[in-house]
Amino acid sequence: MTTTTPEAAVPNPPGSTPLLEVRDLVTHFRSPRGLVQAVNGVSFSLQRGRTLGIVGESGSGKSVLSRSIMGLNPRSTSIRSGQVVFEGRDISDLDDSAFRELWGKQMSMVFQDPMTSLNPVMRVGRQITESLRHHLDMDRDQAKQTAIELLRAVRIPEPERRLRAYPHEMSGGMRQRVVIAIALACGPKLLMADEPTTALDVTVQAQVLDLLDEQRRDRFMGMILVTHDLGVVANHADEIAVMYAGRIVEKAPTSVLFHHMKMPYTQALLRAIPRIEMPSHTRLDAIGGRPPDLVNPPAGCAFSPRCPYAQERCFVDAPALQVDPADPSHSFACHFPLESPDQVPPAKPMEVA
Amino acid sequence: MTAPSSDSQPAAATPVPEAPHAAGTKKRLGIGAWLCMGWLGLMIVIAVIGPWLGLDTSSNFELKGQPPFWNGHILGGDGLGRDLFNQIILATRASIFVSFSAIIIGTVVGGFLGLISGYFRNRFAGALGSVFDILLAYPPIVLALTLVSVFASDPSGSGFQREMVVIISLAIVSVPILARITRANTLVWADREFVHAAEAMGASKWRILFREILPNVVPAMLAFSMLGIAVAIVAEAALSVLAVGLKADTPSWGNIISTGRDDLASSPNIVFSAVAVLFLTVLSLNYLGDVIRAHFDVKEAAL
Amino acid sequence: MAGSGSAHLRSPEHTLLRVENLVVEFPTKGGKVHAVSNISFDLLPGETLGLVGESGCGKSTTGRAVMQLPKPTNGSVVLDGRELTEMSNQELRRTRLQMQMIFQDPISSLNPRRKVADIVAEPLRIWKIGSDAEQKAKVSELLTAVGIDPQVASERRPHEFSGGQCQRISIARAVATEPKVIICDEPVSALDVSVQAQILNLLEDMKERYGLTMIFIAHDLAVVKNISDRVAVMYLGRMCEVGPPDELYANPAHPYTSALISSIPLPDPDAEQRVELLGGELPSPLDPPSGCRFRTRCPRAQEICAQATPGLAAIGPDHYVACHFPLTEPAPVPVAQPVLADRPAD
Repeated sequence: MTTTTPEAAVPNPPGSTPLLEVRDLVTHFRSPRGLVQAVNGVSFSLQRGRTLGIVGESGSGKSVLSRSIMGLNPRSTSIRSGQVVFEGRDISDLDDSAFRELWGKQMSMVFQDPMTSLNPVMRVGRQITESLRHHLDMDRDQAKQTAIELLRAVRIPEPERRLRAYPHEMSGGMRQRVVIAIALACGPKLLMADEPTTALDVTVQAQVLDLLDEQRRDRFMGMILVTHDLGVVANHADEIAVMYAGRIVEKAPTSVLFHHMKMPYTQALLRAIPRIEMPSHTRLDAIGGRPPDLVNPPAGCAFSPRCPYAQERCFVDAPALQVDPADPSHSFACHFPLESPDQVPPAKPMEVA
Repeated sequence: MTAPSSDSQPAAATPVPEAPHAAGTKKRLGIGAWLCMGWLGLMIVIAVIGPWLGLDTSSNFELKGQPPFWNGHILGGDGLGRDLFNQIILATRASIFVSFSAIIIGTVVGGFLGLISGYFRNRFAGALGSVFDILLAYPPIVLALTLVSVFASDPSGSGFQREMVVIISLAIVSVPILARITRANTLVWADREFVHAAEAMGASKWRILFREILPNVVPAMLAFSMLGIAVAIVAEAALSVLAVGLKADTPSWGNIISTGRDDLASSPNIVFSAVAVLFLTVLSLNYLGDVIRAHFDVKEAAL
Repeated sequence: MAGSGSAHLRSPEHTLLRVENLVVEFPTKGGKVHAVSNISFDLLPGETLGLVGESGCGKSTTGRAVMQLPKPTNGSVVLDGRELTEMSNQELRRTRLQMQMIFQDPISSLNPRRKVADIVAEPLRIWKIGSDAEQKAKVSELLTAVGIDPQVASERRPHEFSGGQCQRISIARAVATEPKVIICDEPVSALDVSVQAQILNLLEDMKERYGLTMIFIAHDLAVVKNISDRVAVMYLGRMCEVGPPDELYANPAHPYTSALISSIPLPDPDAEQRVELLGGELPSPLDPPSGCRFRTRCPRAQEICAQATPGLAAIGPDHYVACHFPLTEPAPVPVAQPVLADRPAD
């Protein structure tokens, strides 16, 4: 691994240990086709009360990364190395029973599809109270009261009545609120949200993102928001890490990232989003091709086959994640970053298809 | 931000040089599947050529109830003093013929009815579904017994007629079960968007049923028929034991077990040999059924 | 004003597809679901109509009812001067050649057991268009047109492709019989933003190349704006507002349109975003509110909104709204409750 660790440069409040520190995390899977290099040396750290947005296309390894941190990957087929340090304790080698103590109480997760992450034959109330009673040893009444408060906190109207409802009796947005309530139930310090709004309508998406933000602030949690849409994290993350082919290719505080984008890939992701202010029928800058095969990743920079700025060097020599000399909070993995004098204008138009 | 010249012309889309995920991961069969196929292949070969081998079926009083390897007889002798090995070889034909025929008929008929009742949402389809439910409520072995005794009221019928009666009876018993499985699968696939897409293309109902739905339902049907054959072999044996199966002079695994019961205490090898062959055949069929299901399970999202 | 709601329809001799007073209702155990109530719209040749709304607004049902899959409960659908709702099944089957559909889930809309070449050739085979060799050539041409290499792809099955590629194959199949109208039912909402852009561009290319007229159904307003010539906003089975996208998005006249537009996340951390949070839940389509169906969540709702159903009325060139108190007029005196909320600043 040629990854440098730019963590030292991240302005941590002095003397505080980060809530979560991931060091050179690698997760590979054995598959019939060969070794899938899903996560390939990822490092970052997260403070309590802050949100890290992880952005990438499907196949970039972002979901595997979040599951690796949570200890949710099947052990039998995965090979992993590197460290996941949670509150100063290395949790990367814990077994399932040790993880069970962490899940819910210390860290919890909100999944993409609220329909499949809720048990369809169990009333919503029981799904919430179950972990309360198990983890926090509450009695039935206490658990019920807490559940009502949780539902109220996630803005579900008539929480007393909703406790008796089954998931299929609720709308998609309501179900995702229930999932969030379950995730918050035992007061976790880390909330992992894996594409929490992808299955939802735009109107509901805005509400759910605001809700997550508010809860993160109120409960002083660290949050990791995994998404494929830069639009989602623009207003909801303190820091953004862009992933490509199992690596972080650019990482910076949100406003720095949007104002001084270095990676052509980040730029391409941003430009692919249709904007409301564009006139109708504006041709979109689509990224041609698709993410590389993680079994046989290309030599050199993984983005080079799709990169409009790629030069010869990019196809042979993989760039390491390096810190921007002008801004120590910003790191990127590119030989010819945007705004740099070495960069040549794109030989081909951005769009391939 | 230095904007790259994004003067992208709406050129006709050029082919994107992106290969699909390399190599259509060919699933390989394990050793177990090959062993099972080998055993079944052997049984089928024996079933076909067995009667033409001119095996010695004469009774020999001395051989009666002898243990295996007695005087060069590998499995010893049966209750009537015939060579047990030869008897089992000859019995294979009837057992395999009856069970395979019954289930092939059952699969074709049951599968067809199941497809229809799962895809067409009209009254006839609904009624068909209810009929299956009613038939399924009837204990299968009792149903088979009833059918055999209804069809085979003439005790003087030939051995072949009797075989046909058993085949038809077992087929009728298997129809509602296979129809039910097929119907359940059809219901799942009939709601997929590619079926709606075919409707939108103007494909006829039958074309959709046979081109779009059937290929997706076949693996489950096949897997289940394998189990069905296994059950039919056992059922044929059970009918023989209950003395309503094939004629006693038609050698079948069931008949060997049935007659061997009388000598169970003195020479358990008779029943045991037939049961062992039956057991291996049933096991192979069950295992292959599972393999078929797994093999044809299309991964919708290949990693 | 409370009338047929067809003020926005254009002269029938110019339109390719004309849908009038479309009603779709499903009987269920709990009662009758009013999925689509009295919707009218039309399409000029070569035009793209965007249908937007939240899930449950009836936009997909509308698309399927136009395809007669299944036939609507009431109303008329006229394609090229021919009434579809009165056709026999046989006639309808033949007419389907001229209308095709692209579905949301790219993987589920392709038969997993068939090869890509067979999937794309299927409409040609159903209608016996061309000889085997001609069909084969056509399939190659179509696959190339959608950006899939026919040599690599033809013999493979759908699960070996990504979602975006499957959607390309769906598009190739949909244009195979050179239909006049294509109905796209949320074709990009299951895709990543990067792939979504590719597919949107591809649809524009195909539209140009094959002279298609499209109905584009989606819940993402930015996507709809990008591809449409005319946008219709739907809420709970009714049409709220119709207009050309640039005008509609700049000057939304219906409070619901305005709330929808404000909820789009902006990919810009500095954007001053005011999100008009919609209070409450979508009412049940089993028992929709009387009068204007949006009134239960509308900040401007008054007495009359519960009594009279507003019809579509012109408020600008080619811009129509179904609202008693459109945003182009000053608010009726007491605004019921303040639902405008500033997004809390971090």
